Amino acid sequence: MLRVLKTLASIAVTMLGLLLVTFVIGRVMPIDPVLSIVGESATKATYDAARASMGLDKPIVVQFLIYIWDVIHGDFGYSLLTARPVAEDIARVFPATLELATLGTMIGVLLGVPLGVVAAVRRGSWIDQIARIVALVGYSMPIFWLGMMGLLVFYGTLGWVAGPGRVGIFYVDIVPPVTGMILIDSILARNWEVLQNAISHIILPASLLGYYSMAYISRMTRSFMLEQLSSEYITTARVKGLPERTVIWRHAFGNIKVQLITVIALSYANLLEGSVLTEIIFSWPGIGSYITNALLSADMNAVLGGTVVVGLVFVLLNILSDLLYQFFDPRAA
Amino acid sequence: MRPFSNLLASVALGLAVGVTGLPAFAETPANMLVIANRIDDITTLDPAESFEFAGGDVSRNIYGKLVNFDPMNLDAGYGPDLAASWTVSEDGKTITFTMRDGVKFQSGNPVTAKDAEFSLRRAIILNKTPSFILTQFGFTPENVDKTIVAKGNTLSITTDKKFATSFVLNSLTATIGGIVDMKEVMAHEVDGDMGNAWLKTHTAGSGAYTLVSWKPNESVTLQANPNFYLGAPAMKRVIVRHVQESASQRLLLEKGDIDVARNLNPEDVKGITGEKGIAIDSELRGRIMYISLNQKHPILSKPEVRTAIKYLIDYKGMQDSFLNGQYTIHQNFLPATFLGAIDDAPYSLNVAKAKELLAKAGVGNFEITAGVREAQERLEIAQSLQNTFAQAGIKLNLTVGTGKQILSKYRARELDMYIGAWGPDYPDPQTNAGTFAYNPDNSDAAKATGLLAWRNSWDTGGLTQQVEAAVVEGDRAKRAKMYEDMQREFLKISPFGIMFQKIEQTGRRDNVKNLNLGGAITAVSYWPVTK
Repeated sequence: MLRVLKTLASIAVTMLGLLLVTFVIGRVMPIDPVLSIVGESATKATYDAARASMGLDKPIVVQFLIYIWDVIHGDFGYSLLTARPVAEDIARVFPATLELATLGTMIGVLLGVPLGVVAAVRRGSWIDQIARIVALVGYSMPIFWLGMMGLLVFYGTLGWVAGPGRVGIFYVDIVPPVTGMILIDSILARNWEVLQNAISHIILPASLLGYYSMAYISRMTRSFMLEQLSSEYITTARVKGLPERTVIWRHAFGNIKVQLITVIALSYANLLEGSVLTEIIFSWPGIGSYITNALLSADMNAVLGGTVVVGLVFVLLNILSDLLYQFFDPRAA
Repeated sequence: MRPFSNLLASVALGLAVGVTGLPAFAETPANMLVIANRIDDITTLDPAESFEFAGGDVSRNIYGKLVNFDPMNLDAGYGPDLAASWTVSEDGKTITFTMRDGVKFQSGNPVTAKDAEFSLRRAIILNKTPSFILTQFGFTPENVDKTIVAKGNTLSITTDKKFATSFVLNSLTATIGGIVDMKEVMAHEVDGDMGNAWLKTHTAGSGAYTLVSWKPNESVTLQANPNFYLGAPAMKRVIVRHVQESASQRLLLEKGDIDVARNLNPEDVKGITGEKGIAIDSELRGRIMYISLNQKHPILSKPEVRTAIKYLIDYKGMQDSFLNGQYTIHQNFLPATFLGAIDDAPYSLNVAKAKELLAKAGVGNFEITAGVREAQERLEIAQSLQNTFAQAGIKLNLTVGTGKQILSKYRARELDMYIGAWGPDYPDPQTNAGTFAYNPDNSDAAKATGLLAWRNSWDTGGLTQQVEAAVVEGDRAKRAKMYEDMQREFLKISPFGIMFQKIEQTGRRDNVKNLNLGGAITAVSYWPVTK
């Protein structure tokens, strides 16, 4: 019980600190949110009216306290850019990112972990070299370039997948939004045609993100595994005559699970922040471009709301990995 | 995305297309128009508040106005729309509109003079950003119940002094002149906001289209209004998809998944020019690029120096290199397609002539500092100017900053020179004449920060009176002539070096016909479009 309370308290403090920093940065930014609303040629009266209606004429401390009070009541205010409540905006853009990031991470884990293990076991072999090249490309290629190339080849030339956007224009708004994630909503509505279309749209950007996360995960897996494989207990196991499969998967891999969880959680959290460039190239209305747009226009309610969500994601993933540690590592229990 | 990565993406795409070739197989339905555009600037759809390009595009197709531009003949200027006709009182202050009979809002309510009265009063009372377009005629929240009055099927508006009728009517064609459905709007009023919160994301008009949905950064979907008084539009549905990247727009267009791509960069335009099934349209927009010289500066205020500097700009070089396809040479303060616009372009790069003028003014080598905001094309222009100025012994230093930083210095009259852009606020010549060539009080105390002439401490050499005369000239043709004369004088004497006018290049499938983007004076029109 005490532990739960402690965790909750630490979440609250983290979030408050995050909000405070974001809020202050937002206020000292050299962008005038009022000017971005009223335009250059506005009269002073219009400017002042807009400024007052945004509450910007009050002292900054008061502004912050008002903001915190509202957030506690679930009110993130209105976005200047979209003219809607920030909460509603986030409920629209975050599921889009969640869907993409989850699929991307799944691809990254399913391919990256085995690749990393095999590369470590057959160190220096052709498969290790391939894994290295794959990872190197993943690290160094600009994502927009790979994205454009992917679109060009698989959408433009081969026609295997659909182009930018979440679904085709005929499939927009057909399934009722329950989770906001079209893949899940179309399954709930048992509309297989929409599902199929949504898959053909998401598969390319998800593979792209999956590729980047695979590059990272496979490299990390490889180095964790190498460390284990050079340990004495592995030699002992081998000397004992255990089958190589057991040595690798039960002994060595069993010991890197905890480290891997951290790596995967971090990479997942990164994708959940929204990959702005991927979103732009694939016209994917996710939280990354939402926050970026908001930031560029000094739409502080939206920036703060988005920051809270991203912050929460990190905190929750942290807790989740903690729980998983306990599951996989008897010492942590 | 950074301009550099834009460029890389386009080059990569161009290379790859060249190697692989692209089969086109998809096609949008015959009664549907699908457009890719950047629509992230839409912040509201309320015509009393909307003041951005993409918002204007939506509004123009949803709201009728008292007077409007015919998309098939923009050069004709304003003509009747919801007002079938109008008369002007003898003192020139009151315009009485007779409403068109039988027009209905999309809700089914009839369009009446009461709705028009409500819409204009509402715009003035709400006092949002674009309200100055109407309040410049002396309307105030306090006097609207006397100055904007419906009677039967007529609406009278009375300005505080005599204005050119064309000035008033041109201003009413702006987005803010949209006539909203009073009953529908007031049914959604919250806390006395006259329906503002609701109208930000909903619509209540009588135009060719109704709004199905606006999803920020995602799409705007419009449905044809079968009862549109000019006849039901051929395109039953118009979908504007937010596609940020030029290269993505290009791919979608080549594949036939969209009919129109509105934000193609020059590299992508080049790449698809001549491709089968695709046509490229170039459209002039209202934005103007200029430099200006602060007249407080002892050297820059000499007439010969002002002229010399206009000869030190490599107009053609810039137009044909980095501005290719995005800007065209234009040296007058009224954008082409505006009433009274002229296309005189007497200046070109002529270093010898500039040197001669500088010698005549008795100035040797000197140094000035120009403010320029951190935007790629402006910086490139600034660098070109540094180069050409240097050839005549002028060292040009640059102060680079954010829009706000540079603008606040400009407004405080602190810059020697400014390199920047200006876009018209409403489709009447006064919008630019009233800022470039108008400055009734040139003292620092006047603080007329909204006037470009004041920002450069220029007393306008008599043009102020001409601007004042033009806004009250009732005859449209005579008024146009006045602006022409004004601009010729301005070319000679002003401290402004106007350089370019914006061009927008649009790619479309060549089966799309009659798509008019609105030029420099209005927004896009979907209702005449056929496929």
